[in-house]
Amino acid sequence: MMNSIDALRRRALRAGLALSMLAATPLTWAVNDLPGGPAVNQLDLHPAVTSIAAEQQWLHWFMLIICTVIFIAVFGVMFYSVFKHRKSKGAKPANFHESTTVEIVWTIVPFLIVIAMALPATKVVVAMKDTTNADLTIKATGYQWKWGYDYLKGEGEGIAFLSTLDNTHRLASDSGKPAPMDDYLLKVDNPLVVPVDKKVRIITTANDVIHAWMVPSLGVKQDAIPGFVRDTWFRAQKTGDYYGQCAELCGKEHAYMPIHVKVLSQEDYAAWVADKQKALAAKAEDPSKVWALPELLAKGEQVYAANCAACHQANGKGMGPIKPLDASAVVLDADKAKQIAILLNGAANGAMPAWKQLSDTDIAAVITYTKNSWSNTTGQIVQPADIVAARQ
Amino acid sequence: MSAVLDQHGHAGDHAHDDHHPHGWRRWLFATNHKDIGTLYLLFSLTMLMIGGILALGIRAELFQPGLQVVNPELFNQLTTMHGLIMVFGAIMPAFVGFANWMVPLQIGAADMAFARMNNFSFWLLIPAALMLVGSFFMPGGAPAAGWTLYAPLTLQMGPSMDAGIFAMHIMGASSIMGSINIIVTILNMRAPGMTLMKMPLFCWTWLITAYLLIAVMPVLAGAITMTLTDRHFGTHFFNPAGGGDPVMYQHIFWFFGHPEVYIMILPAFGIVSAIIPAFARKPLFGYTSMVYATSSIAILSFIVWAHHMFTTGMPVTGQLFFMYATMLIAIPTGVKVFNWIATMWKGSMTFETPMLFAVGFIFVFTMGGFTGLILAVAPVDIQLQDTYYVVAHFHYVLVAGSLYAMFAGYYYWSPKWTGVMYSETRGKIHFWGSLIFFNVTFFPMHFLGLAGMPRRYADYPMQFADFNMLASIGAFGFGLMQVYFIVFIVIPAMMGKGEKATQKPWEGAEGLEWEVPSPAPFHTFETPPKLNATATKIVG
Repeated sequence: MMNSIDALRRRALRAGLALSMLAATPLTWAVNDLPGGPAVNQLDLHPAVTSIAAEQQWLHWFMLIICTVIFIAVFGVMFYSVFKHRKSKGAKPANFHESTTVEIVWTIVPFLIVIAMALPATKVVVAMKDTTNADLTIKATGYQWKWGYDYLKGEGEGIAFLSTLDNTHRLASDSGKPAPMDDYLLKVDNPLVVPVDKKVRIITTANDVIHAWMVPSLGVKQDAIPGFVRDTWFRAQKTGDYYGQCAELCGKEHAYMPIHVKVLSQEDYAAWVADKQKALAAKAEDPSKVWALPELLAKGEQVYAANCAACHQANGKGMGPIKPLDASAVVLDADKAKQIAILLNGAANGAMPAWKQLSDTDIAAVITYTKNSWSNTTGQIVQPADIVAARQ
Repeated sequence: MSAVLDQHGHAGDHAHDDHHPHGWRRWLFATNHKDIGTLYLLFSLTMLMIGGILALGIRAELFQPGLQVVNPELFNQLTTMHGLIMVFGAIMPAFVGFANWMVPLQIGAADMAFARMNNFSFWLLIPAALMLVGSFFMPGGAPAAGWTLYAPLTLQMGPSMDAGIFAMHIMGASSIMGSINIIVTILNMRAPGMTLMKMPLFCWTWLITAYLLIAVMPVLAGAITMTLTDRHFGTHFFNPAGGGDPVMYQHIFWFFGHPEVYIMILPAFGIVSAIIPAFARKPLFGYTSMVYATSSIAILSFIVWAHHMFTTGMPVTGQLFFMYATMLIAIPTGVKVFNWIATMWKGSMTFETPMLFAVGFIFVFTMGGFTGLILAVAPVDIQLQDTYYVVAHFHYVLVAGSLYAMFAGYYYWSPKWTGVMYSETRGKIHFWGSLIFFNVTFFPMHFLGLAGMPRRYADYPMQFADFNMLASIGAFGFGLMQVYFIVFIVIPAMMGKGEKATQKPWEGAEGLEWEVPSPAPFHTFETPPKLNATATKIVG
């Protein structure tokens, strides 16, 4: 049955594709399909890269075909009646208004069909929920508005990084006229890297509000809930890049926190892990280092662009309910502790999230940057040591 | 509407029943079920237009990739307020308006049971609506947490969230009072001979809907009150920072939310069940099974709520239970569709506008039903949850379902309300325009959802551009068709323009509403009528 459904599916898709191409030709943007992400005018689920995604796709076609057949049968009857039993064609009304037999039949038959639909689905639910015996466990934390990844167990244990949308895409979105890009709003600075053919368990949680970690090709969507952990799993069968986006409304920048999973061969993955661990060791910043102003400003500008500019804007003026930093009393205040406290703990009920997950150096740099940018010229320097002190 | 506006011009015509106040007092102090029905219908039509304008704001932004019209914050406000206004301001009050007009007429009652409470439940809606719509002008703008108001995002909202919560409390109180009124009217005020199993299906579906409303509106009130105390009084029901559980909010909300879905569709089933037999000139097939099917849908609606939450991470048994229970709903719903088609079978049909909308309803609503069945399958839902597929699905059942049934009901009963016929040509233009633009808008959304475009997105990857553009074009067309409806159909009818309606303008229509003149006089059935054996005609 699986084969015949597949064949039907291919035929339906080809017909649909031809139709949509015909319809869409005049509108086409100069964009290509993104392998592992959406295709132009895609009509079906993403090509499956895991067994679960393949099962989901099979189930969807199985359901769609049954429903379409019933739909055509039922409405065939209705439209036959609509055209035949018209007063204008001289139809005289019959007077029947019940038939226990017919009514029992059309209650029992749908019941049996529904059971036939539920059986294969049950199998997939059970497989989908089995997160035991994972080779690699990674925690995905939703932040407003980025993803944090911590490699908890398995090869690469200890690696941790944040994954943020490429800021040029965010700016292109704001400009209202983004140039054609195949990976528009899907490009991140640090993709999640995993090995092929290994069972990867993703534990989701969140820092602020509910997010959802979704990668269609992998057949995975799992809400990330603050204060709670949930899990899901996938075993990618092909190397490549797979894309998804946050799927639970999480505030203003909901559309701008994509997910990029890079599936590498076992050797490439091992090499990536070695590299990453070396880099992390080298980058381990000494929070007691005393920085000079220009160094901190340069670093702070990067931190600002990656974390703050989405709301407070590159020009520091904020927008709508988002407070400006330019000429802000808190930023200009001689007491550095005020701004440090806001960054560490958040403000306005979380509308300004807490940023304590950033490193001491990053926080120090970005505060120093805001205190000395735009019209702000306080000359104040905040050192990582100040943050260390404030954290206690 | 002009049923009574007329009487200013022809004061002598109905001298016997002309004791009501005139001018603004007539509406502010209204206790007559027909006047209150008119108020409800005009209110919901206004809200439909406001909600529609918000929807067009959304579609304008999504016309192309990139942000051109609104910023993401305002975009979220638009989606949230579009949902809240359409659900609580347009669809629910519109059905209460239909109930106010038609229930007393269909059961041979003089009025609703509690006339003053009826007045109060309508007038509560006005401050609630003002507060809800006015929240756009509060500091920080309107609520932007989605119409489902999921915690803990609601904790980050500005003061307008409190206004929204308060508005929903008031609307909930209004709905509960309206429901009590409908239940008491139907159970106590039927004319002698109008037994429950002879009652028109519209009254039956509303009776069941009213029980659903009384059961679940307090649940919503509880959920949003807890949100309110979390926001201001240091409780932590849903705030994980204090040990609360955000998923608990979803359970409570959807325990309300799923029956709410049926609250918005059951009265539509009732309207369609009145119209199909009238234009097929043949009695409704399987009346008894219709009543049982409606009741089963209502009962099942209480045990399926967590199918909205398959991705929150439920245990296997939870997913399986809610999947099976949800799929069961297909059975009574199927029975209804089969019954309607069997009613049409071997009838002698004509296709005036009410029938067009009713047949359109069955056809397009069933598509929404099937996508619902597909979404019920948990593994498939994992792919489709929170994508445009869901948006397509619920607009197929709410627009092509509830709204089409209400249009059908309007064309069917407006001659009784206003005393004039609508123009058949205009009605047909409205139907075909709405049907085509509706499908242009929402059909492509199935593809967007399958391709993984999440809902509530202000901007999207460029591969989704063509279908979004198509949907936006359709949406503006659909909006224009509804402006056409108001300007060329509703307003002329209210001004009394058009061919005079006879007492029973539809050859095959049955029921007590066709036993009173058109327009229905201010007071009807002041003494209980004597009914024939089927309780469809007055004898003696």
